[in-house]
This record gives sequence, structure tokens and C-alpha cells, in this order.
Amino acid sequence: MDAHAHAHEMPWIRRYIFSTDHKTIAIQFLLMSLFFLVVGGLLAMMMRWQLGFPSEPMPGGMLLPDEMMAPTPAGAIMLPEFYNSLVTMHGTIMIFFAIMPLLVGVFGNLLIPLQIGADDMAFPRLNMASFWMAFPAGLLMLASFAVEGGAAGAGWTSYAPLSASGEYTGVYLGQQLWLISLTILGFASLAGAVNYITTIINMRAPGMTWFRMPLATWALFITAILILLAIPILAGALIMLLFDQTIGTAFFLPASDGEPLLWQHLFWFFGHPEVYILILPAMGITSDVLANGARKPVFGYHAMVLAIVAIAFLSWIVWGHHMFQSGMNPMLGTTFMITTMVIAVPSAIKVFNWLGTIYKGNIHLHTPMLHALGFVSMFIIGGLSGVFMASTPVDVYIHDTYFIVAHLHYVLFGGSLFAIFAGITFWYPKMFGRLMNEKWGRIHFWLTMILYNIVFWPMHSIGIQGHMRRIYDPTQYEFLQPLQPINQFITMAAFALVAVQVIYALNFIISIWKGKKAGNNPWKANSLEWTVPSPPPHGNFELVPIVYRGPYEYSAPDVEEDYWLQDAPPPSETAAPALEPQPVAD
Amino acid sequence: MSQAAASTADRHPMPGMMVYNVKLGMWIFLLSEVMFFTALIGSYIILRFAHPDHFAEPGAVLNVPLTAFNTFVLICSSVSMVKAYAAITQGDQKGLRFWLLVTILLGTFFVGVQVVEYIILAREGFVPMAELYGVAHEIEGAALYGATFYTMTGFHGTHVTIGILCMWFVLYRAWQGKYSADNYGAVEIMGLYWHFVDLVWIILFTIVYLI
Ligand code: HEM
Ligand SMILES: [Cu+2]
Repeated sequence: MDAHAHAHEMPWIRRYIFSTDHKTIAIQFLLMSLFFLVVGGLLAMMMRWQLGFPSEPMPGGMLLPDEMMAPTPAGAIMLPEFYNSLVTMHGTIMIFFAIMPLLVGVFGNLLIPLQIGADDMAFPRLNMASFWMAFPAGLLMLASFAVEGGAAGAGWTSYAPLSASGEYTGVYLGQQLWLISLTILGFASLAGAVNYITTIINMRAPGMTWFRMPLATWALFITAILILLAIPILAGALIMLLFDQTIGTAFFLPASDGEPLLWQHLFWFFGHPEVYILILPAMGITSDVLANGARKPVFGYHAMVLAIVAIAFLSWIVWGHHMFQSGMNPMLGTTFMITTMVIAVPSAIKVFNWLGTIYKGNIHLHTPMLHALGFVSMFIIGGLSGVFMASTPVDVYIHDTYFIVAHLHYVLFGGSLFAIFAGITFWYPKMFGRLMNEKWGRIHFWLTMILYNIVFWPMHSIGIQGHMRRIYDPTQYEFLQPLQPINQFITMAAFALVAVQVIYALNFIISIWKGKKAGNNPWKANSLEWTVPSPPPHGNFELVPIVYRGPYEYSAPDVEEDYWLQDAPPPSETAAPALEPQPVAD
Repeated sequence: MSQAAASTADRHPMPGMMVYNVKLGMWIFLLSEVMFFTALIGSYIILRFAHPDHFAEPGAVLNVPLTAFNTFVLICSSVSMVKAYAAITQGDQKGLRFWLLVTILLGTFFVGVQVVEYIILAREGFVPMAELYGVAHEIEGAALYGATFYTMTGFHGTHVTIGILCMWFVLYRAWQGKYSADNYGAVEIMGLYWHFVDLVWIILFTIVYLI
């Protein structure tokens, strides 16, 4: 099959809509998940309005139907049921339809074949199917807002029995759609994971040994293994919960002697690996970008790989730290406390290696580098607050408070999302052939960084003072009323935080047409994706690349430039290369 | 590995890699299947330990001899699957078609018996919720015992059914002569899946019917 010749004759529906090219699928995932990122952000804004100004008429609230906002002469006031749906859908959409597809769907698809020197994924059609399951699953999730009873309202963790019977939340169909949508998304993730793992094991270019792979690909590989093993657990749990709701089973219903705690165990046995699914690719991206910005090899490359593997392994035995307060056996609590403390060790190793990487580097503060540095600093804060919560005696006080909300936003927004910004800016040329605007990129970074901390840092403090999470109206408790000014302050800052994202959106959109042409290697990086044009042609590589060295040979003494492409023949071999490049055979 | 690697589904694996893509992909996919059944079986074990009174003695509700025979049938279908695979590695087209057909028939028989068993059990009131299923009374504990039983065996049956559908497709391609002694990847991965489903059943039969 001669893919190159056919590329131009394909009808546009095969080229842009039902494409099997991994780069096109990556862009499809990018547009989809950025859309859901915006939706999730808007839901959060409505929540913040209610928290800052409890039960005051919401600007624009009149546009929403009466089941969500109660109309009064002064304006529309949010209903408590709708607030529950907002909390649930914000978490669900952000985790499953924004961050996860951004990290795994976008960067997995874009980077894996390019960084290992393959022409595409092992199963391109399965890859296409993966997107075309994920996208309808997202639409289904959104559609649940429109059904009777509204969208699911039992939290993104959907604890039973609250979620197991519509009698408790008033949400019947919405909760079922939630379950079905996530099950479909699970299939999409599995399809992707099988593809990524097979591709990385089987389709690396000659010379691309395991320890010459860029850390982004390493992280995506381990993430795919976590997805492969964790998602089926979630699927099993979702299906059992769906049966409880629809066909009369009682897996999680205490009234018939079912076990609500079983849901928590299943959910978190999936859930903790899931949070590492949401951070490992971000760590990989950060490693690549930091080495590039510091013009130095990654400090402790092997330790970085081993730390990823260790985190993935340990992530299976810490799930109980979400259940300290659940009535689980206290002995188990201690066990999980110890394992959780242990998992902080490989995380810390990574942090120290990042610091080692930039130490005495020739630092170039380009936009991706800024975001990568943002990632490291915010991840330190989030990781440290994690260690606090992991201590059972401390967690008694802060469990289910805004302290948890602060922690998860420091790791997911400060961590994952900053790394995503870094990654999108860094690899934008490989998707659109152009660079994003540097100046506006930096302005966006600094505004986001500052506002983000203004929004989320105070949440630690109000959490410690007892402000519970997932609460419709904090002022109903007298002891929380003094915190209301802080809540209002957070709300105003949150509006500003969302507003400055418009800068990024405009930069992203305008650069598609107006950005500076990138050329092959605008960041002077080493890995294989920078040896091909931006964007790479269908089939990626003209000749199967031959890899001679690792991806982080920055400032190597043997060459004049401060970078050294992975497929550049070593000086001694230029005269008589040992391996002849082979034409791509497919 | 040159014989199998020539299959159309194959896409230049890494030099020296011994397993072609589709086969590797199937192995990886089966790992996730292991986790799926682990979730179901694990839940069963936890619920049963927490509430032993809801679960009947072996044989009290479920028909063990009938299912034992059915298990035997499914194991036979694995043997015939091996025969089909062995045939095509020798280039024996007729043998391939014959043994595939035998496998399909045995698998269909298995599913058929299971459906009949479900119907009989439901008539006796072994359903999770009597009013939903129009039966007069409900065997005590069926909301848990029945729930786990139908979920586990039902998902297994679904896997067998999907396997049968795929096998029809393989048989159709076999009739077209798409496979040969150099190209039998699809038959091989079909076999992998089928043996896996078989293995799951042996575990389920043991813990649901016998223990
Ligand atoms: C050093 C590593 C980490 C430690 C020790 C840690 C510890 C914890 C603990 C103990 C909790 C439960 C608190 C409670 O509910 O009382 C928790 C919650 C949470 N963590 Fe972490 N964590 C770490 C890293 C991460 C990372 C990397 C992520 C995601 C990228 C993450 C995401 C979350 C989320 C989303 C929750 C809240 C779950 C919910 O909705 O209840 N954590 N963490
Ligand atoms: Cu956790």
C-alpha cells in the first residue's frame, strides 16, 4: 500500500472526520477535550457564583430552564439539586472528558509514533474507533443535563447508596446516562491503551532501545498499562451500579444487605491509578520540556523511568487513603497510610531530578518552559498537601473539606493542566505547522499562574477551618459565615482566572493561520519528531529512522550545536554508516 | 515467525520482535478482560463473605449436573478450536472449516443451555426483584445471590456469544480461502480469545456452582 500517493486523493471526510492518521486523531481529541475544558470551566463558574453569593440571583440565570434556576422577580436563583449536578458534572467532565483525553488522547496519539519512529499506530482503525466512541460518550454526558430530573448529582465519585437509587437524589435517567457514558468512554480508553502498548513494544525504529525513548513516551506507555488494568475495574463497578438502578439487583444497596462500601473499594481501586493516569503523562511532558529549556540532559534518566514504574506499581495499593473516614477497618487505615507515604518517595525523586535538570542549566524561558516550571512548583505543593491528608489523624479533620479541593486542584490544574499548556505550546508546530505567539503565551502564563494561586491557595485555609466540600450554601452554618468574604474573594478571582484563558484560546486559534512558520525543529530539540517537517506528512518518516543515542543529548561536547538529533549519525560513522536507512515498507 | 508475519493485518514490527502486532494486541486486550472479571468475581466473593446467609448451598438452587455437562461441552469446543488451528497451520482448508463449524455449534449449544437454565431459574423465583419480573415470589437472598450469579454468568455468556459471532466471520473468510499455512493470524487470535473465555468459565463454574 502506498500511503503517500493516496494521501492527497482521499475524500475530505476520510482525511478530517474518519481519519486513521494518528496526527489527525490527536487534533480531533484536542478540539474535543478543549471544548469540554471550556464547558467544565463554565460549570465551575456557576458553582462559584452560588458559593460567593449564596442564593442571590445569578447573572444570566434567566436563560436556564426552571428546573435548574428558580425564577424570582429579582432574577433566577440556583436550585440545590442543580448545584449537585454542577459539582458532579464539573468533576466528571474535567477528569474524564478534558484532562484524560488531553493527556492520553492528544499526546499519546501525537507523540508515540513520532517519538519512536513509526509511521502510525499499530491499529489505525481501532484508533479512529477510539475517538468515535469517546466523542459521542461526551455528548451523551452533556445531554443528561436536558433529561427529566437533570444530570447526575452524586458527585464524580458517585458513592452508593446515594447514586444507587433515584429516590435519594431525584435524578433517575441522568445518573443512568452518566453510567452509560462513562462505560462507553471506558471502551474508547481501552482501545487506545491496547494500541499504544502494542505500538511501543512492536514498532520502535531500529536503534530505539527502551532506554533511548523520550520520557514522554515512557510515561504514556506506563499510563496505557494503568488504563488497561484500571478501566475494566471501573467498567465492572459502573455496570453493577447500573443494574442496581435498573434491573433490581442490590450490589450496593444496604436495604437488601448489599455493600455500599464495596462501591468505594471498587471505585478507588480504579480511582487511585486513575489519578496517576492524570499525572504521569504530564510528568513525561514536563521532563522533555525542562531538558529542552535548560539545554541539559535530564538528570537521572534511568531513575526517572524507574520512578514512573514504581509509582504505577504502588498506585495499586494505596486506594484506601480515600476511605479513612468511611468506616473501614482502622487497621487497614494504617496500612494504607504507610503505602501512601511510600508512594510520595518516587514522586519526590522525580521532583529532585527535575531540579537537578535545571540546575546550572543554560535556561531558555520560552512559554513551554515557563509552564513546565509552573508544573514542578505546583506539583510540589499538591504533593505535600497529599502527604498531610495521607496521615490518618490529620485526615480526620480535613477529609471532605475544601482542603481536599485545594489538593486536587494543585495536582490537576497546577500540575496536569500546566503541563498540558506546556505540551500544546511545545508540540503545536507538529499539529499545525506554526508556532504560537511567544509574547501572549508568556502573558497568559503569568496571569494564570498568579490568579490560579489566588483562587486555590485560600481553599487550604477555609478547609482547615471546616468548610466542607460539595455544599450548596455554606452560610447556613453559623461557624462558616465569617469565611464568606474569602469565598467571595475566591469567586471574583476565579472569574478573572477563566477570563484570562481567552488569551490562550485566541492565541491558539489565531496561530493556526497567523503563527510564525515553525520549520522542522523550532525548539532545537533532539527526539525524532523534530527530524520531520511540521506538520509531518502522512506516514511521518520518508526513511525508517535509525537511532544512535538517547533523546536528551543537549550541549554534548562532541558536536558544535547544543543539541544532537537522535538519528544523526555519530561523527565516526558519517563516512561509512553501519546501518543503511531503509525505505518505509508498508 | 515469517509465516504469521505475512498476514495483511501485520505492519512491519520491530526487527527481532517475535510476536506480530495483532497477536500482541490480543494478549494485551485479554489482560484487561482479566481485570474485568476480577472486578465481578471479587465483588461476588466480598458479598458472599459478608452475607453467607443470602447464598444457598451448592446445588440447592442451581442445577450442577446440567452445568457440569455444559462445561464439558465448552471444553470440547476449545479442543475443536485447537484442531481448527492445527489444520490451517498445515494448510488444510477443509479441516479448518470443519473444526471451526464444530466449535461454533458447541459454543452455540453452551449458550442455549444457559438461556434455558436462566428461564427455569427465573420461573422458580430466582430473580433479583420479584415485581420487576412478574414472578409470584422471590427466593430469599436472590437480590444478592441472583444479582452476582446473573451478572457473572451473563457477562461470560455475552463473551461466548461475541466469540461465536467473530467465529462466523472467520469461517466466512475461511470459505473464501483467505487463510493458508503462511497466513493464519486471525485463526490464532480467535483461538486465544476462545481459550480465554473457556478458562474464565472453568473458574466461574468452580466458584459459583461448586464451592
Ligand atoms: C504525593 C502524592 C499524593 C498523595 C500522598 C495524595 C494523597 C491523597 C489523599 C490522602 C487523598 C484523600 C483525602 C481525603 O479524601 O480525605 C487524596 C485525594 C485526591 N487526590 Fe491525591 N495524593 C497525591 C497525588 C495526587 C495526584 C498526582 C493527583 C492527580 C493528578 C491526585 C488527585 C487527587 C484527587 C482528585 C483527590 C480527591 C478525590 C475525591 O474526589 O475525593 N492526588 N490524595
Ligand atoms: Cu488517591
